[in-house]
Amino acid sequence: MPQEEIFDVIIVGAGAAGLTAGIYSSRAKLSTLILNEGAIGGQMVLTEEIANYPGVDTKKGYMLANTMKMQAKQFGCKIKSGLQIKSYDLEGEVKHFVLDDGREFSSRAVILTPGGRPRSLGIPGEESFKGKGISYCATCDGEFFTGKEVVVVGGGNSALEEAVALTSYATRVTIVHQFDHFQAFKHAVEQAEKNPKISFIMESELRSFKGDGVLQEVTMEHLPKGKITTMRTDGVFIFAGYIPNTEDLDGIVELNERKEIVTDTDLKTNLPGVFAAGDCIVKKYRQVTTAVADGTIASLSAAEYLRS
Amino acid sequence: MRHLSTNLHEFESAAELENYINENENVMVCCGRMGPMCIPVYGVMEELEEERENVKFAVMAFDSPEAGIIRNDPACRGFMGLPFTMYYKNGQAAHATSSIQNMQQVTTILDEQFGA
Ligand SMILES: Cc1cc2nc3c(=O)[nH]c(=O)nc-3n(C[C@H](O)[C@H](O)[C@H](O)COP(=O)(O)OP(=O)(O)OC[C@H]3O[C@@H](n4cnc5c(N)ncnc54)[C@H](O)[C@@H]3O)c2cc1C
Repeated sequence: MPQEEIFDVIIVGAGAAGLTAGIYSSRAKLSTLILNEGAIGGQMVLTEEIANYPGVDTKKGYMLANTMKMQAKQFGCKIKSGLQIKSYDLEGEVKHFVLDDGREFSSRAVILTPGGRPRSLGIPGEESFKGKGISYCATCDGEFFTGKEVVVVGGGNSALEEAVALTSYATRVTIVHQFDHFQAFKHAVEQAEKNPKISFIMESELRSFKGDGVLQEVTMEHLPKGKITTMRTDGVFIFAGYIPNTEDLDGIVELNERKEIVTDTDLKTNLPGVFAAGDCIVKKYRQVTTAVADGTIASLSAAEYLRS
Repeated sequence: MRHLSTNLHEFESAAELENYINENENVMVCCGRMGPMCIPVYGVMEELEEERENVKFAVMAFDSPEAGIIRNDPACRGFMGLPFTMYYKNGQAAHATSSIQNMQQVTTILDEQFGA
């Protein structure tokens, strides 16, 4: 494959952070390429409605993502999506990427914004019953469970809010959570606790999914006693938190014990010319606004690095 | 009237879909809404449309009464996750999936059903 041009900036990921970095970099007349693996917009397209993005009325997540994509493109940012990066060489002055289809790209600065993804349980049956009883989105699939009994896995805000939403369809919702307390905000816990259709199984984890073509039962372990039980259910909704998409970067840039990218306040990583932004970095609050702010800072830092 | 905001061809009637799958050897149709599980699949299809000339890509709105042609297809029995994605070969359903699929999952099915 012929070597393509050397870009000023290559951004890895086209979520809120990557698209913002793309807007800022291309508007600063830096030749900018975004390499993206999944859907453009990242987690924004997983979000039904975004009501807390300042200056914008409540908007569908995909629409906010589309606007950001159009803005980046209008300033000349190139976006290549639906691809997989096979190898990264980020150490030298020129950074180098090879895709799994053999295409190669180079740049003088890099901004890593691979974000995060929903944590799957990784237990037997999960992949085969996806869409046949296992779901990750109550808004999308709740109606398929009208008049049925479902399990919700997780103890954060998403799990409790989605469990309450599911009671509009299901006759019974059982929340299974690994700890003896919830991580969700108090009001979300209260809403769930006062709903007569919701019951709780605490300190327990699912171990397998079983069924004949469609999901029919789950096995779970009560953690303090190690006791395994089986429960019949029509569906399981999994909201078990998010993990950073940094597996491919392990050993390439510095990560912490939770596999988040370590940066300084200018969002520089341990490698010169390599910056990181958004949900993938070490930080406490993960929102569209914080990802957008990070994308801005990383892009301005990259521009300063290129000038020097 | 179009219901789905994608760059893909959208079927508005069951008859149109039937004609299309009979006139084209390999067709992938994603039947969904503008929701979090469906949009990533449309994105994958938009990317693939440029490079897979042997396959026609299209969408259909899940809530349209006309989409019964997909919702009630025997290949979708037991499906409980949006979107319902159909792969048609010579007018016949060759494969179907329920719920979100990534690029790798879609390309594997396309390779298996329609050839690389
Ligand atoms: C269900 C849900 C609801 C939410 N609701 C809200 C809300 O109401 N308000 C709010 O402010 N925030 C909300 N958030 C959080 C917010 O969406 C995220 O914090 C923010 O979108 C993160 O942006 P990001 O760019 O850092 O990462 P992401 O959005 O995760 O984007 C990363 C992108 O990089 C791609 N990628 C990953 N790995 C690679 C790789 N190796 N190579 C190339 N590309 C790669 C991914 O496919 C993705 O497109 C919600 C999140 C979820 C999941």
